[in-house]
Amino acid sequence: MPEAFAWDAERAKQIIAEHAGLEGPMLPILHALQEEFGCVAAAAVSLIAEALNLTRAEVHGVVTFYHDFRREPCAPHILQICRAEACQSMGSEDLAAAVLAKLGVGWHGTTRDGELTVEPVYCLGLCATSPSALLDGEPLGRLNLDKITEALEEARAA
Amino acid sequence: MTRIFVPKDAAALAVGANQVAASIAAEVRARVLPVEIVRTGSRGMFFLEPLIEVETAHGRIGYGPVSASDIASLFDSGLMSGGAHALRIGKPEEHPFLSGQTRLTFAHCGIIDPLSLADYAAHGGWKGLARAIEIGPSAIVAEVTKSGLRGRGGAGFPTGIKWKTVADTSADRKYVACNADEGDSGTFADRMIMEGDPFALIEGMTICGIGVGATKGYVYCRSEYPHAGKTFSEALRIAREAGYLGPNIQGSGFTFELELRMGAGAYICGEETSMLESLEGKRGIVRAKPPLPAHKGLFARPTVVNNVLSLVAVPTVLDRGAEFYAGFGFGRSRGTMPIQIAGNVRYGGLYETGFGLTLGEIVDSIGGGTLSGRPVRAVQCGGPLGAYFPRSLFDTPYDYEAFSACDGLVGHGGLVVFDDTVDMARMARFAMEFCAIESCGKCTPCRIGATRGVEVIDRVLAGVKTAENMVLLEDLCNTMKFGSLCALGGFVPYPVMSAVRHFREDFAPRALAAAESRALAAAE
Ligand SMILES: Cc1cc2nc3c(=O)[nH]c(=O)nc-3n(C[C@H](O)[C@H](O)[C@H](O)COP(=O)(O)O)c2cc1C
Ligand code: SF4
Ligand code: FES
Repeated sequence: MPEAFAWDAERAKQIIAEHAGLEGPMLPILHALQEEFGCVAAAAVSLIAEALNLTRAEVHGVVTFYHDFRREPCAPHILQICRAEACQSMGSEDLAAAVLAKLGVGWHGTTRDGELTVEPVYCLGLCATSPSALLDGEPLGRLNLDKITEALEEARAA
Repeated sequence: MTRIFVPKDAAALAVGANQVAASIAAEVRARVLPVEIVRTGSRGMFFLEPLIEVETAHGRIGYGPVSASDIASLFDSGLMSGGAHALRIGKPEEHPFLSGQTRLTFAHCGIIDPLSLADYAAHGGWKGLARAIEIGPSAIVAEVTKSGLRGRGGAGFPTGIKWKTVADTSADRKYVACNADEGDSGTFADRMIMEGDPFALIEGMTICGIGVGATKGYVYCRSEYPHAGKTFSEALRIAREAGYLGPNIQGSGFTFELELRMGAGAYICGEETSMLESLEGKRGIVRAKPPLPAHKGLFARPTVVNNVLSLVAVPTVLDRGAEFYAGFGFGRSRGTMPIQIAGNVRYGGLYETGFGLTLGEIVDSIGGGTLSGRPVRAVQCGGPLGAYFPRSLFDTPYDYEAFSACDGLVGHGGLVVFDDTVDMARMARFAMEFCAIESCGKCTPCRIGATRGVEVIDRVLAGVKTAENMVLLEDLCNTMKFGSLCALGGFVPYPVMSAVRHFREDFAPRALAAAESRALAAAE
């Protein structure tokens, strides 16, 4: 696990406290914790429950409702490939299958070197330059296998 | 100093706009040219992105689609004065894709620096707010009502009536919640505004706040839009520092504060009550109505929930007047609609126009048919819950009433074009699958029905009791349509049944992998 993602209860408490004054602070807290620790771990759930005066089950319920929140950190690089209709009209399903085969993973899988996780996503608002993806949060459009491969190589080299 | 404009809209970035900007900067340094690079939103001509523009004595001249390796040759050809080049498109506003449009909501997008208050003001920004402050709350609501503006998020509900309900409901505090969850495939207009003209959304929401007596607003932006979130939060900071948000806005005595919240990858959180639950920090489970959000919305207070585009239309309505806005459009569909042409289409992008063009005109003439060059076979209108239109319905006028008369949906204005290689049974299956993935789980027809829908279609395609399963599929769709609490489960039958009705030949049994068909037969 990369050092940046090491759990630190004091830091987590601090993050929760920074947001606790907001109206409806739950999602901002979860996003901030995931940003810091790469996921929302079980230990974090307890701290949030305590700070917001909720049960752990309630917090757990929120964390698991949303596709974004992870229980374990993902790889240092993340490729989110769009599977929605506009991208499908431009062949995204075949493209995704080729990318997954080339990387030797399934959806939500991480490559054997632990460097890259591949996730499905349903529309990135890049539907007129499809097929589209986000690589480490940066948008990619008019994709084909060569372009994705090149972008992945660049990301790994950086 | 010559200004060169390079978009930083996410779709432009996706096709290399940052590399283009870097290449221009390098070239400018090497040639020691007096150039200022201005990053803008997108004009919405995505087939031309990256589209750069240079300011000349004769107006702005565009070049696109440009790649980083074109930049040296562009400078060699006299880019600085708009010189001839194979990529030169002339004045963007005279390009056929733009010249036929009526840009009200998107008047500034792609033209101004989205984070420059001076640019925004110079292009008519804040004039709607100034008039709103002058005429006061009840006249604001009356003006919006008179404009005929209908919600651009999906349901097309009259915006003025919603505002009036909130204005007439007394409470210790009220909210404005902007729906920027834009989950529909084929749509990107909200994203373009947040990245390209964020002050317009701030202005629209502030006018709404003053109109209905709300002092706090939230923008709920989907997390799939990190760039929109970044630009918008920067715009909030700038507007706040300049006194356009906060207590006593521009010395008017009105208070309005605005906060950005990011969603977390749940499509259902675009449904307004689910969005409110999410803003409150809960699971995004849809609420039963009544109570309406206008009576009991966010934190049980009266709340206006409006889409980004509805709110961004408001400064124009206030500045130019209700009659001006209502002067565009068709029948009961007033004003302009930012149509988003996407998918397998030659000229994909944002096309803002009064209602009333036919679907065929939009897809064939404006969109130029498919990008693949093959025949257009189907167009999904209004997102993943909208029907698939075959060519035989291409004479349908694009407006709320005409579309609903043929079971169609204008929705948020998305059109996704497919060529003749599309497998419509697979698209129907995908609609069910998407519903199963995104269902909030509150009601059985949606939660269970969508999963059953996938299975039934699989059986049809495997040739397992095909005729019976087609009947079952229709039956299931009816159960979902009439038994679901919200339009996720309730509308997913539209894409499914339109595929069945118009493209029945695609539901013929086909060869499946042997193991797959054995498994299906065993499950029967
Ligand atoms: C499943 C589902 C998803 C929706 N997604 C959105 C969305 O992403 N953006 C939006 O503005 N409205 C969406 N809506 C419609 C909203 O519930 C609501 O009608 C709209 O935000 C009201 O704003 P308007 O009157 O300005 O259109 C969705 C509705 C449903 C049922
Ligand atoms: S129809 Fe589906 S998404 Fe809508 S309330 Fe019911 S279960 Fe939730
Ligand atoms: S459908 Fe893929 S980006 Fe919109």
